[in-house]
Amino acid sequence: MSELRVPVSAADHARGGADGRVVLVEYGDYECPYCRVAHSEVLQLGRHFGDDLTIVFRHFPLTEIHPLAEPAAEAAEFAGAQGRFWDMHDAIYAHQDRLSLPFLLGAARVLGLSERDCALALEAKTYAPKIAQDFLSGVRSGVNGTPTFFINGRRHDGPFDYRHLAAAVESVRFRA
Amino acid sequence: MGHVLAPGVTAPDFTLHVTPDQTLSLGDLRGRPVVLAFYPADWSPVCGDQMAVYNQVLPEFRRHEAEVVGISVDSAWCHQAFAETHHLHFPLLADFEPKGAVARQYGAYRDGEGVCERALFVVDREGLIFWSYLSPIAVNPGADGILDALDRLETQETNDVRTQSAGVGG
Repeated sequence: MSELRVPVSAADHARGGADGRVVLVEYGDYECPYCRVAHSEVLQLGRHFGDDLTIVFRHFPLTEIHPLAEPAAEAAEFAGAQGRFWDMHDAIYAHQDRLSLPFLLGAARVLGLSERDCALALEAKTYAPKIAQDFLSGVRSGVNGTPTFFINGRRHDGPFDYRHLAAAVESVRFRA
Repeated sequence: MGHVLAPGVTAPDFTLHVTPDQTLSLGDLRGRPVVLAFYPADWSPVCGDQMAVYNQVLPEFRRHEAEVVGISVDSAWCHQAFAETHHLHFPLLADFEPKGAVARQYGAYRDGEGVCERALFVVDREGLIFWSYLSPIAVNPGADGILDALDRLETQETNDVRTQSAGVGG
């Protein structure tokens, strides 16, 4: 049974309950269609479990098959550095079919961030080390594709539709 | 589930097609750690499948000087198409004729279904199996077990070198 090797910390992007009974960590890729589907399931989990659930996202871009996954992750980190990670995250998944470099820069602008600074950050690969760190933590924890979920530190090996994820969260929700 | 070959056993040598006109033998890779990843089939319906993840983790494997090969019963032509589509940068071997013969030698063949198990082996530089793992067929095992084994192999090699040099010195 694979376990999360790098504990959730302040360096992570988290939303939902600040100190939820259950912590859901997703390793995902912005260009992966399965992650897009999972994104809406996770939003639904957040609405259902409220403060009991802390939702964390870590990057696992499969760059060999998804050339835009890395720049998208870097754009999300650029937004994150200005407190807007989740806005960018949601925007990318909402418009995954239109994912492109101009889209990412445009999304930064829509969020009120500097398009130019975003372009410079992507060019300089400013946030690449953070993404590589996420990726490696995922590899060492047994991430085996995207998306991979960890629920309270244990890899969720079942399907990742709402029903299965909710059942898995519920099963550990009231465990001491 | 059967029993896969255990650590300490010599990894059976084999020669399999890596492309329609080229073969690769385990013996060719002697001198470096080798990761053998048996898997059921090319073209599983997910984008982040086992081989795609190993492909992405190649720099970590290479840091250990390890060679990675994937093995399934798919033909060399099938492997070629799969590898091209997924931009794989490591060889996929075709255990195609006689079907599954190599997988059987490693205890990694599923008779009923006629496919390889999801079985992983780390072979050391001398050709001995250092670590093996049989994953439930439905569970893609990821790369963590392999990397942990390569870490331990490296530690053991370092210790062996120390012991040997201490022996020479004494």
